[in-house]
Amino acid sequence: MANDWPLWEVFIRGQYGLSHRHVGSLHAPDAEMAMLNARDVYTRRNEGMSIWVVKSADVTASAPSRKGPMFDPSNDKTYRHPTFFDIPDDVESM
Amino acid sequence: MYAQEVKSTGLVVKPLDEMSDEERAFQVRIDAGEKIEPKDWMPDGYRKNLVRQISQHGHSEVVGQLPEGNWITRAPTLERKAILLAKVQDEAGHGLYLYSAAETLGVSRADLIDDLLSGKAKYSSIFNYPTLNWADMGAVGWLVDGAAIVNQVALQRTSYGPYSRAMVRICKEESFHARQGFDIMMKMTSGTAAQKAMAQDALNRLWWPALMMFGPPDADSVHSAQSMAWKIKIMTNDEGRQKFVDQTMPQIEYLGLEVPDSTAKLNPETGHYDFSDPDWAEFFEVLKGNGPCNVDRLRARNIAHDKGAWFRDGLMAYAEKRKIAAE
Ligand SMILES: [Fe+2]
Ligand SMILES: [Fe+2]
Repeated sequence: MANDWPLWEVFIRGQYGLSHRHVGSLHAPDAEMAMLNARDVYTRRNEGMSIWVVKSADVTASAPSRKGPMFDPSNDKTYRHPTFFDIPDDVESM
Repeated sequence: MYAQEVKSTGLVVKPLDEMSDEERAFQVRIDAGEKIEPKDWMPDGYRKNLVRQISQHGHSEVVGQLPEGNWITRAPTLERKAILLAKVQDEAGHGLYLYSAAETLGVSRADLIDDLLSGKAKYSSIFNYPTLNWADMGAVGWLVDGAAIVNQVALQRTSYGPYSRAMVRICKEESFHARQGFDIMMKMTSGTAAQKAMAQDALNRLWWPALMMFGPPDADSVHSAQSMAWKIKIMTNDEGRQKFVDQTMPQIEYLGLEVPDSTAKLNPETGHYDFSDPDWAEFFEVLKGNGPCNVDRLRARNIAHDKGAWFRDGLMAYAEKRKIAAE
C-alpha cells in the first residue's frame, strides 16, 4: 500500500500540574487527523486535558544497547545526591 | 484466550549454560522481571512469536466488533444502544493498541491487516459463532469478555513492554464490558419467563465456545514451555480455563440459570469446580475455517476495508495537497 498513513506518537497531560506523558501511537494522514484520532482513542474516559501529537519519524531515541556509555557520566558522581554527605545529628533539619 | 496457541513453536527451552551470551543475558533479564523494549536485542523466536500472538490478539479485537456491531441498531433502548456502541468502540481501540504494539517489533500494520483479510492470520474461534438475539449481547459481554479478562489480566505481566502496557490499558476498559453484559443478563433473568428462557438459551450456546477461548488442553497442545519461559504466555490454557469456570459458576447461580454441563460442580477437596471438556473436534473445525460464521466474518471485514479505501486515500491526498500548498 503506497498510501499508508504515517505513524504518530501521542502525549497526554492528565491533569493540570503534570507533564505530558507518552500514551501510545496511531496512524493518521496529517496532524489534524492525528489529533482527532488521539482524542477518540486515548481520551474516551476523561484521561486528558491536553494532547500533543508528534510524527514518530521526528523522534530521536537513545539506543538501549548504549545505555552504559550513555549514562555513565552520571553514575560515578554520587556526590550529586544529598545522601553522599554525612551531616552530624546535632545539626538539625538540612 | 484471544490468541489461541495451537501450533507448536517447535522451540525447546535451552538451559542457561547452553545459551549464547546474548540469549543468556536476555533470559536473565526476563527472569528478573525486567521488561524488554523495542530496541533491545531479542532472540528471533521471541520476536516471531510475539508478532504472531499480538497480531492474533489484535485481529480478535477487530473481528470481535462484528457479532456485537450487528445488534447496535437493534438494541431495545436508547441507553442500551449507547452502551453497546461505546463497548464496540472500545474494541476498535483495543485492536489499535495491539497493532501498535506489534508494529514496534518491525512489522507494518498494512501487512498485518492484509494477512487478516486474506485469511492467512487467525483470530479467536469465539467470533465465528453467531449472535442470534439480544440475550446474546448479555452473554457475550459477560462470558466472552469475562474469559478475555482472565487472560488479559495475566498478560499485563508479559515481558514485552509495549504489549504489557497495551494490556494495562485494555484491562481498565474491560470490566465495563463484562459488567454491561452481566447487567443485561440480570435484566433478562428477572423478566418474563420467555426472557429468562432467552438468557438460558444464550448461556447454553455460548458456554462451550467461551471455554474453547483458552485453547486446547495442556496435555495435547503445544510445547508452550518456551513461551512461558519468555513470559509471552503467563498461564497455561487449562489454568486460565479453570480460573474462568471458578469465577463464573457462582455468577450463573446468582442469575438463577443452569450451566449446560451436568458434571460441573464444586469439588470440596480442591476448592475448584470440576467441569467437562468442550467438543475439541468442533474447536479444530472452527479454527480450520468451518465454524458457523467464518466466511461471513472475513467477508464483512473485506467489504469494510475495500469500501473504505477511497476515504483513506482521499485523506492522504488532502494532507499532501495542503503540505505542498504550505511550502
Ligand atoms: Fe477488547
Ligand atoms: Fe471487551
